Amino acid sequence: MVAPTTKKLFSVTLRVWRQAGPAQPGHFVDYPAANVNPDMSFLELLDVVNDGITKDGGEPIAFAHDCREGICGTCSCTINGKPHGPGQGIATCQLYMRSFADGDTIVVEPFRARAFPIQKDLVTDRSAFDQIQQAGGFISVRTGAAPDANSIPVPKEDADLAMDAAACIGCGACVAACKNASAMLFVAAKVSHLGLMPQGQPERDKRVFAMVQTMDAAGFGNCTNQYECSAVCPKTITHDFIARLNRDYLGALFRAKFKPVSNAAGGGGS
Amino acid sequence: MAKLDSKTPAGPLADKWQKHKQEIKLVNPANKRKYEVIVVGAGLAGSSAAATLAELGYRVKNFVFHDSPRRAHSIAAQGGINAAKNYQNDGDSVHRLFYDTLKGGDYRAREANVHRLAEVSVNIIDQCAAQGVPFAREYGGLLANRSFGGAQVSRTFYARGQTGQQLLLGAYSALSRMVGAGGVELHTNSEMLDLVVVDGHAKGIIVRDLITGAVSRHSADAVILATGGYGNVFNLSTYARQSNATAIWRAYKRGACLANPCYTQIHPTCIPVSGDYQSKLTLMSESLRNDGRIWVPKKKEDAKKDPASIAEADRDYFLERIYPSFGNLCPRDVASRAAKRMCDEGRGAGESGLGVYLDFSDAINRLGEAGVRERYGNLFDIYHEITAESAYKTPMRIYPAVHYTMGGLWVDYNLMSNIPGLFVLGEANFSDHGANRLGASALMQGLADGYFVIPYTIGDYLAQQKPGSRPPADRAEFKQAEENVTAMTKRFLANQGREPVSHFHKRLGKLMWEYCGMARTKQGLETALQKIPALREEFHANVKVPGSGDTLNQSLEQAGRVADFIELGELLCRDALTREESCGGHFREEYQHPDGECKRDDEKFGHVAAWEYQGEGQTPLRNTEPLNYEFTKMSVRSYK
Repeated sequence: MVAPTTKKLFSVTLRVWRQAGPAQPGHFVDYPAANVNPDMSFLELLDVVNDGITKDGGEPIAFAHDCREGICGTCSCTINGKPHGPGQGIATCQLYMRSFADGDTIVVEPFRARAFPIQKDLVTDRSAFDQIQQAGGFISVRTGAAPDANSIPVPKEDADLAMDAAACIGCGACVAACKNASAMLFVAAKVSHLGLMPQGQPERDKRVFAMVQTMDAAGFGNCTNQYECSAVCPKTITHDFIARLNRDYLGALFRAKFKPVSNAAGGGGS
Repeated sequence: MAKLDSKTPAGPLADKWQKHKQEIKLVNPANKRKYEVIVVGAGLAGSSAAATLAELGYRVKNFVFHDSPRRAHSIAAQGGINAAKNYQNDGDSVHRLFYDTLKGGDYRAREANVHRLAEVSVNIIDQCAAQGVPFAREYGGLLANRSFGGAQVSRTFYARGQTGQQLLLGAYSALSRMVGAGGVELHTNSEMLDLVVVDGHAKGIIVRDLITGAVSRHSADAVILATGGYGNVFNLSTYARQSNATAIWRAYKRGACLANPCYTQIHPTCIPVSGDYQSKLTLMSESLRNDGRIWVPKKKEDAKKDPASIAEADRDYFLERIYPSFGNLCPRDVASRAAKRMCDEGRGAGESGLGVYLDFSDAINRLGEAGVRERYGNLFDIYHEITAESAYKTPMRIYPAVHYTMGGLWVDYNLMSNIPGLFVLGEANFSDHGANRLGASALMQGLADGYFVIPYTIGDYLAQQKPGSRPPADRAEFKQAEENVTAMTKRFLANQGREPVSHFHKRLGKLMWEYCGMARTKQGLETALQKIPALREEFHANVKVPGSGDTLNQSLEQAGRVADFIELGELLCRDALTREESCGGHFREEYQHPDGECKRDDEKFGHVAAWEYQGEGQTPLRNTEPLNYEFTKMSVRSYK
């Protein structure tokens, strides 16, 4: 099934953050790795290193991963100081060893942010993103209540732009890259995706309030326009969406001041 | 012997579902909140079911082993979702989608289930569009479509090459809304490790918290499994690394029948294997076959040459040659086997000889590079990242890989297994795709089951259970199941083995691919049935699971999953050996037409094989459910 490779193999050292649990102190440990194939993915190298650690009687490095094709958003290492490593527009699982050279020392850390506490080694708790979504990242439509799909035309440009934002995989690299650990790019992507669609208009103001408030409460910092978030985003989501989020938020604030409210609001049916 | 009553409603095919919905029992709105329903899994089927049941008023507990429901592997589906909308005015209809799906499945699915799937397909698109799923649009603002294999109409809706992601995010948004509203209690990082059966009914599950290691009991009035397929039994596949069969396998060991496990789908267009370290095979969407042309060199001598140096006249566009009417868009099983035959003849491309070319030069001439980039840009990027080659300049090299499993837990028309109260949705069940699934139909089935079938059919079961009658979690059955789980954990951790879990998973995968992959033989399967039990014994004697049970321990998680895969692999081979015919994804070399196509035996095997566990070390029982075709004729599938 596998032909012997003609590729030149090389050696690297992995310098990996080890931390037994959330309350324990962490530290770096060096793991030399020989016979690295340039066509191997970075996570496959971690697999191989882990098998070696296991055989030697140690405890393997815990790391988050699943689809290994850049779409599920589970993998989450900071590699040589950059979330998802040296590549552009890719997640850690799409990083291949051909990006490194013989003799390199590769520093591997978890995503670091107050709102993403470390669970073990390279694994962090990113459930704050789910809480933001639960607060307002949806269009309230009951199953079965939808009109015919073509009854709501969506201009192609809007649908395309909404799709650019919707491509977010929820990995949290934007937070890890930001010196303020801000989640603005994540929230902006979600708010923009739904706000660009006609279906998303009725709840647009409510949504932006709820999501921004939940984001703040979760301990994420503020945006100071450094754009490190979009530089590391595996889906290259642009920080233009942050400007859009700010406009949406301000507009919603303004409208909330002057919007007339029905006396019957919140009343039950007769 | 299990009783397998499909409960297919009587009456004309097109009326069955409507009539059934009118006849099944309802639970009144005030009573719904008295019922608790457990949903395991949060892919398309699980999250759509959990959200919809909560909207109806049931109290839902959703368990996922991922850290977020949005990570389930439905997210990776690329190409699209089928629906009989006929927006293209090209002659599509519910009946045509039904017929294409039934035929694509090589006449091994139930007619009534497939027809229902085609009927609700149109509602799915409406639902998803209303949720804000950013489907591809035409300039007029209406929905765009593309073509997929096994169909001669354009009925596939898509969102770039990320349709699964967008549909899952839609279902996840509905689920998140219900979590926020208190209708769903969400348990992430929680893996189901046993099913609890009380007085013959499924009434709960045992769960391990993957972060703390805590084992807990959960009781409910009904249990829904939406835990996906078992393709990782082959180790290398397009599945996510963590995708596993543990939930369905443990349910099988509690008495749920496992149907047609030998129906496995090998997808023709994946990136070939590059080395022994490989953990995953990456799919190149079937949608690429709309514009890409598949070829190999006509002459063996050319196989190792640079494709650019091979003259047009020396290329064999074998799918277009063998299947002129469907060409590059013939179904997956047909295309995969054709590619294998070319490679077996020594005409395969690349260093390993295990590859065929998928060439876009005609499409680039026709649409320009920008046009091709707009349609498939992200797929070309993925290909470039993995192979360091540009498919705009040189043809892709592709090879078949395990992608989907049509088999799964047996369910009746209500999606209930033979254990009352246990429902199974999506890829985890066996019901709608027969022996082969058409492209863009998995998303359709997952969402059909979750949004539009289970919300009705579960009511029929719950209406027959007294509100508040679910057993407390301190009953003996729960205690016994929990002890079962704890004992397994202890056994793994105490084992004095030498090899990591991955060592055994790789060996199992190689056995399965060699003896039970794209082409199977009696002799090969018998060999596998010798080797797999031996591997199982070696695994339990020699596996090394470091660390402890009261913390995040990925080796421990994987050990349990691989233990189940080894047992499931054996059953898969047994099913393949017993089914002495070829159909869809199950190809037995002894049973083929002279042109290499599947030779079915409807008389002897026009049935579902549902395996029933008989205890450790015992040969499982093979139950059958006859497939009664009332409206369609089981005919020879032809794509020529």
